[in-house]
Amino acid sequence: MEPVMQVEPWVVLSFCAAIFFIGLIGVMVRRNILVIMMCIELMLNAVNLTFVVFSRQLNHLGGQMSVFFVITVAAAESAVGLGLVIAMYRTLRSIDTDEIQLLRE
Amino acid sequence: MDISPYFFYAFAGLAIAAALFVVLKENPVSSAFSLVLVFFAFAGIYALMNAHLIAVIQIFVYAGAIMVLFVFVIMLLNADVPSFDMARSHIAVKILSVVLGIVLMGMFIHVFQQNQTPVSHGAFTPEAIEAAGGNTKVLSELMFSEYILPFELTSVLLLAAIVGAVAIAKRAKPKGAH
Repeated sequence: MEPVMQVEPWVVLSFCAAIFFIGLIGVMVRRNILVIMMCIELMLNAVNLTFVVFSRQLNHLGGQMSVFFVITVAAAESAVGLGLVIAMYRTLRSIDTDEIQLLRE
Repeated sequence: MDISPYFFYAFAGLAIAAALFVVLKENPVSSAFSLVLVFFAFAGIYALMNAHLIAVIQIFVYAGAIMVLFVFVIMLLNADVPSFDMARSHIAVKILSVVLGIVLMGMFIHVFQQNQTPVSHGAFTPEAIEAAGGNTKVLSELMFSEYILPFELTSVLLLAAIVGAVAIAKRAKPKGAH
C-alpha cells in the first residue's frame, strides 16, 4: 500500500486566508453593491472552511455546528441585504455605492 | 490531514480562480456564476474533510437559495449590464487595498505556518464518528441536544429576517392611499 499523502493543515488554513482577503479586496475596490455582497459571501465561506479545518484538527464537532449557524445567518443576511438593495434602487435608480450621497445635496 | 492532495489542490485552485473572477468581472451575472463555482469547490473540500452534512447544506443553501436570490435581484433590477466601477475607483484605493490585503494574508499564513494546531484528543475522532453512525447522525444528535438553544434561536432569526426583508423591500404606500 502506498503511503498516504498529506495536506498540511496550514496549507488549508492559508487557502482560507487567501479567499478571505480576495473577498476583502473586492469589498474595498468594487462599487457595485451586488458584487460587494457577493464578496461578503466569499469571506463568510472562507471563515466556514476555517471552522471545519479546526473542527477536524481538534476532534470536536462544535466547529461544524458553528458552520451550520453561520450559513443560516448568511442566508438571513443576504435576504435582508438584497431587500435593502431593492430599496436603494427604488430611491436612487442605481446600484452604485458612489450614488449614495443624499446628505451632500 | 489525510485528505487527497490532488483533489484538494484541484478544488482550491478552482476556488481561488473563481473568487478572482468574482472580484474582477465587470458583469454582475458573470460574478454570480463564478460565485456558484466557488461554492461548489468549497462543498467539494468539505466532503473531502468528512463534513458531509456541511457539504450538502453548502450546495442547498448557498449554491441553491442564496444564488437564486442574487440572480433574481440582478434580473429584477436590470443590472445585468457591465458596470465599469473598477475603472472609476481611485488608483490609490486600489493599490492600498491590494497591498493591505496581501500584507495581512502574509501575516496570517506566517502565523498558520509557525504555530502548529494542538492536536487534541477530543471525543469525536473519525473512528468514533464512524462507529456512531456517520457525520450526519452525530451532528444531528448534537444539534438537538447540546446546541438546542442556538438552534431554536435560529428560527427566531429567520422569522425576523423574513419580516425585515418584506418590510424593507415593500413599496412605501403614499399617505391616504389604500
